[in-house]
Amino acid sequence: MPSNPSIETKTNIRKKQKNASKRRETIAGFLFVTPMLIGVSVIVLFPIVATFILAFADWKFVQSIDNLKWVGFQNFQGLWEDEKFIKSVINNAVFMLTVPTTMIISLVLAILIDKYTYFKSYFKVAFFMPYISSVVAIAVVWQVLFHPSQGPINQVLMSFGIENPPTWISDPNFALLSVMIIHIWISIGFNLIVYIAGLQSIPKELYEAADMDGANAWHKFSNITFPVISPTSFFLLITGIIATFKVFDLIAVLTQGGPLNSTTMLVWHLYDMAFLNLEIGYASAIAVVLFLIVFTITILQWISQKKWVNY
Amino acid sequence: MKFNLKKMLTTFILFFCSIAFLLPFVWMLSTSMKIEADVFKFPIEWIPSRWNFVSNYQEVWFGDHPFYLYYWNSIKVAVITTLLSVVVSALAAYGFSKVKFRASAWLFLIVLATYMVPPQASLVPQFILYRYIGLFDSHLGLILLGSFSVLGTFMLRQFFMGIHNDFIDAAKIDGAGHWRIFWKISLPIVKPAVATYAILRFIWTWNDYQNPLIFLRTDALYTIQLAMQKFTTINGSFYTLIMAAAVSAILPLLIVFILGQKHVIDGIALGGVKG
Repeated sequence: MPSNPSIETKTNIRKKQKNASKRRETIAGFLFVTPMLIGVSVIVLFPIVATFILAFADWKFVQSIDNLKWVGFQNFQGLWEDEKFIKSVINNAVFMLTVPTTMIISLVLAILIDKYTYFKSYFKVAFFMPYISSVVAIAVVWQVLFHPSQGPINQVLMSFGIENPPTWISDPNFALLSVMIIHIWISIGFNLIVYIAGLQSIPKELYEAADMDGANAWHKFSNITFPVISPTSFFLLITGIIATFKVFDLIAVLTQGGPLNSTTMLVWHLYDMAFLNLEIGYASAIAVVLFLIVFTITILQWISQKKWVNY
Repeated sequence: MKFNLKKMLTTFILFFCSIAFLLPFVWMLSTSMKIEADVFKFPIEWIPSRWNFVSNYQEVWFGDHPFYLYYWNSIKVAVITTLLSVVVSALAAYGFSKVKFRASAWLFLIVLATYMVPPQASLVPQFILYRYIGLFDSHLGLILLGSFSVLGTFMLRQFFMGIHNDFIDAAKIDGAGHWRIFWKISLPIVKPAVATYAILRFIWTWNDYQNPLIFLRTDALYTIQLAMQKFTTINGSFYTLIMAAAVSAILPLLIVFILGQKHVIDGIALGGVKG
């Protein structure tokens, strides 16, 4: 039986070739993704694991590692008695109001720009400018605009007959609102661009059909525009909320959490505890809370995306 | 005709809205060219009556805290971060989309999962790590922090996946290895996406304040954002100088943005709609 072995060797060779090419693919694959994997592991994965561990420790930067003490849940218990932490959580929650506000303004602008204006690209660029500008520079400009006695904003208000305009960022009752106004001003550009793209993806036939049925503008908006762009709205809502948890530059430059903790937020409190008070363990506990909140929102997004959104 | 009139009217109204929206920028620009005594004059002088342009900008750029030095630092950090980040992201994006290997899906999931981590949640251990391995207070450390972007990988992967596999198989039959397919075939096809990502990464790095604030200490290494903040603290009430500094901090970005506006706006729109 001379033929059989030769067939066997042929399939063997083919198998070997296949294995070899498979191995080559695997090696190539790993070579391509290795730089990213190493970077992500060292800069994100390892630190986030370390954050969870350090949250159970009592340690200061300046001390040697021998002084590190394990304290169990003490840091987390401390959070509930920490007025500044509670205030930060409340402020973060209030700050979320900027998201729907920005979305409504952006949607109105987007509809107007998309359908009822000439020079579309001018408008896109104009409203997008704050978003790409340096937050530090913007914060400094607004700080002067909000100047209590001489700032242009209050001068204008006074010229309209308002005798005691708010002192904005130096007034505990208005400081958070001031920061929120600036945040909205910055975020409109991003929301606007995404909304315009969403509007342009709506098939024209839908509106033509509605026209034939004699639908008015409001009907067209509530029955066509709004449902069709709901995935866009949902995306903007989630990314917007997550973005409010990352607001740092504005607070750091404008208010440093003050006056009277009226603008402290989780990220600011974390920075304050870690890098100004050097409380590593306590700051890590705040970081864990921050992580869990953002993580939960992301998971909720994944679950609810399919259910709520009208594709 | 009636419709056109309506359209012109809204354009007109919206144009005024956009001017009002941009007034902070106009005020910044005009103040940066005034003399100090005219800053808070009311009604506001949008066009300075007394010009002090040269002296203000000279003080910012070549004064005690020379902006040209911080500019150089920022350009260095932003350009190298952008290049490195584009290379690392493009390599990973190709690996995760066009090379079929086991563990690919798992590894990609790990990379994607790190996107859920808010950057501030890992700051403290990053800081300790940097102190320990000597990357603290160095440009290299700052550059590395911005060079491993999950977003970039994800974005470019979407585009690589759009390349038809027949292309790649044909090249393979011709004897090309993955490296050549990546470099000679795939990368040129996704060039517009690479450009979009590169511009966005440049803008983000240029504007980054938090990382330089935490990971730099030496004044001579400061980026423009840190310099801006320091300049404001030192010059407290010299508002013309502060505004000249703010204009200087914003201007290069505006130029990058206006040159690449189509790329930026399309990129944002695309990412947004796809979610």
